[in-house]
Amino acid sequence: MFIRRFSVFILFLILQIISLYFLFTYNRSHRAKGLGFAGGVTSYFNGKYNALEDFFTMQEENRRVHRLNDSLMNLLRANFIPVDSGASRLADSANRDTTGKMRQYIWRSAQVVYSTASSDKNYLQINRGSNAGIADDMGVFSSNGGLVGKVINTGKNFSEIMSLLNVVNKMSVQLKRTGSAGMLSWEGKSPQELTLKNIPKTDSVRRGDTIVTGNYSLSYPPGRMVGTVSHVLRDKASNFFILKVKPTANLTNLQQVFIVENINYETQKQLDRETQDMVDKKGGNK
Amino acid sequence: MSDLVRNIIRFMLFIFLQVYVLNVMPHLHQLVTPYIYFLFILWLPFYFKKAWILILGFFLGLSVDYYTMTPGLHAAASVLVAFLRPMVINLFAPKDSTEFSYKEPSPKAMGWTAYLLYALILSFCHNFYLLFLEWVSFGSFIHFLMKTIITTAISMVMIIIAEIIFPRKLKFRSNTV
Repeated sequence: MFIRRFSVFILFLILQIISLYFLFTYNRSHRAKGLGFAGGVTSYFNGKYNALEDFFTMQEENRRVHRLNDSLMNLLRANFIPVDSGASRLADSANRDTTGKMRQYIWRSAQVVYSTASSDKNYLQINRGSNAGIADDMGVFSSNGGLVGKVINTGKNFSEIMSLLNVVNKMSVQLKRTGSAGMLSWEGKSPQELTLKNIPKTDSVRRGDTIVTGNYSLSYPPGRMVGTVSHVLRDKASNFFILKVKPTANLTNLQQVFIVENINYETQKQLDRETQDMVDKKGGNK
Repeated sequence: MSDLVRNIIRFMLFIFLQVYVLNVMPHLHQLVTPYIYFLFILWLPFYFKKAWILILGFFLGLSVDYYTMTPGLHAAASVLVAFLRPMVINLFAPKDSTEFSYKEPSPKAMGWTAYLLYALILSFCHNFYLLFLEWVSFGSFIHFLMKTIITTAISMVMIIIAEIIFPRKLKFRSNTV
């Protein structure tokens, strides 16, 4: 009989199709099928593994965090970056403090429980989730202040971060000295080398120039460190530089990170959506 | 130890080795990750039904996938290995007898040459398919070919080391069970 004879082959095809379906739907949406259940199991083992790893490597990291806290204390009045990391925000009707400034960003600390740096697509898992106020699309910075990536998936007690070392990742950053914006991506080769495109050749760019986060992101505060230019290449085919950037954050060895929340994210996003709807509607009536 | 218990322990050990040692250690060269978890499938006993090997392969790959956040990638590759395994074993089966005298594929059961060829073919298929799927979503062709060859070489080195460190003391299979 046909089905009996080829039953193993048919099972093989079914399992292949399931796998490929998982793979390609995930690539499009970054929402893994079955992650809800599997996440609980992997988080449990990741937590255990991390406790063991901490025992060996915590000391160096502690020193670094301490240095950063120290410098933040000094900066407190100057740029209003709060150090109440780990705090969860309570609903407060007054969004101004006594100095008349409005708070835009809240920083929270988190610990990295699992991370890879050896694939084309690298992710981190941290030990804070929606229970601690983490939500999708929040920015992530390392303990020495460099950009790390973005939250892409939030569980109750854990969340997943897409690292800069991910070929899918593209983000808008700017050259600090000239202020021109470019697109930062990763080519999947060395973890010490990101690629920055779209900086026009009319700018003067030198090795060692600072790259900071751009002004036009809802997820990141502007002007935070991203990296420094390590190579300047001229693309003969176009009017743009191809810059190689060395990230400030040590992306292969992260243990403590900061999660930045833009308090007005929802408001800004909604305004953007409404504007687009409005324009679409007008366009249709014409 | 019964086969069931032995294989459950192996399943977990291979996943932990892959996820917590090989995936997180500093990359060897241009992001080549060493793969060995599929050795679990290569070591399954001969008498397992083909369909069961496929299902075990699927869950093995999927378990690794949920750690690396690439659902389906390793699952697809290890299902392929599980599917090809019986065919490759048939290639090296002794002509005169239909049954192997040992329970699992091992250098002792098949001879070193046959066993190494068996491991080489399957680990090449695994790495080729895995890196091919990675390449489909991203990457350059030359990069992909080089990666396949290097990754396979590393997998083979690790399999040989595993065989030398853990020589499996398998009982001779008698006809009277």
